[in-house]
Amino acid sequence: MSKIKPAQGSPYARILGVGGYRPTRVVPNEVILETIDSSDEWIRSRSGIATRHWASPQETVAAMSVEAAGKALADAGIGAEQIGAVIVSTVSHFKQTPAVATEIADRVGAVKPAAFDISAGCAGFGYGLTLAKSLVVEGSAKYVLVIGVERLSDLTDLEDRATAFLFGDGAGAVIVGPSDEPAIGPTVWGSEGDKSETIKQTVPWDEYRSGTVEKFPAITQEGQAVFRWAVFEMAKVAQQALDAAGISADDLDVFIPHQANMRIIDSMVKTLKLPEHVTVARDVETTGNTSAASIPLAMERLLATGQAKSGDTALVIGFGAGLVYAATVVTLP
Amino acid sequence: MAATQEEIVAGLAEIVNEIAGIPVEDVEVDKSFTDDLDVDSLSMVEVVVAAEERFDVKIPDEDVKALRTVGDAADYIAKHQA
Repeated sequence: MSKIKPAQGSPYARILGVGGYRPTRVVPNEVILETIDSSDEWIRSRSGIATRHWASPQETVAAMSVEAAGKALADAGIGAEQIGAVIVSTVSHFKQTPAVATEIADRVGAVKPAAFDISAGCAGFGYGLTLAKSLVVEGSAKYVLVIGVERLSDLTDLEDRATAFLFGDGAGAVIVGPSDEPAIGPTVWGSEGDKSETIKQTVPWDEYRSGTVEKFPAITQEGQAVFRWAVFEMAKVAQQALDAAGISADDLDVFIPHQANMRIIDSMVKTLKLPEHVTVARDVETTGNTSAASIPLAMERLLATGQAKSGDTALVIGFGAGLVYAATVVTLP
Repeated sequence: MAATQEEIVAGLAEIVNEIAGIPVEDVEVDKSFTDDLDVDSLSMVEVVVAAEERFDVKIPDEDVKALRTVGDAADYIAKHQA
């Protein structure tokens, strides 16, 4: 039997840089109230959301991603030509073939990298980060560009008073590369397909095309069931990620949960009994829920505003439609 | 040992107090969680989970909607507790 030479990877991986793009148009709750019978006070008390960004026709999934990726590359001090793989997580890119990752890779200036899309809803960033870490450690790529990007305004039912105010658009990107010491902990991730009805697209595309339904597909959810799962089940997953990384809550500097809803964030913090000194990302107030983009966008903002600093230890957890989840502890870039 | 109806109502009052800040004495059997006690649908989930832990009972999401008043919740817990 011939002997196969293995790839040469790095002992560990880390996030080297982060970048984000938020669409120019800021949409306040007043605009949402034009199509639903509700109030600014109700929306804020149930979700903590005051404004969100909605993309223009020019701010496509690819265009937003290219902007975010450029910032992440600059932050990492890496040239685009060094990128070995591009992973894009999205559920709101309406052209499924080819993968949008290939267009983004080309527009960023990467040279023939592996490029593919993944679908893991609001856990997409954690799934992409885990894949990227594995590629770097295993040796299939030295530098990996991971992007979470959504145009959820295209999948929002503006007449549904339970979800019309929730979603926003944007892109967040990180560069993952080699490290001499551990800087991305073990991922605690999984899926619960028995709860697939909890958060979902209302109808499949082909059903809409055939005319059996009149309304364009949108994202819908069972609010109370999602809230219970997110707060209480995901707090357990977050704790498992801390334990797996050997980090206590006292060691933690920053908590960046998926920005789904401020009430979920507040309850998670309470359930996890996080100490006062831990900085908690609350980007949802001005960004809304941007699914796969929310964690890198929140990470970038915490670093840009000085609320968190390079080298801080952060717990990140994404959770959403599937249901799926992914949590890990990282060193901030 | 199973809690009595009175103990359950007292326990629910403490839970509602902690989660929604409602004075314990206001939490009476005939009070509606949403209309009288200002417990919204998300806080109700927190009340339910706290009650599950305290009284060792499972209250599935589909049953939560039927628990309109404090009395409804107390009856449910009394009937289902281990």
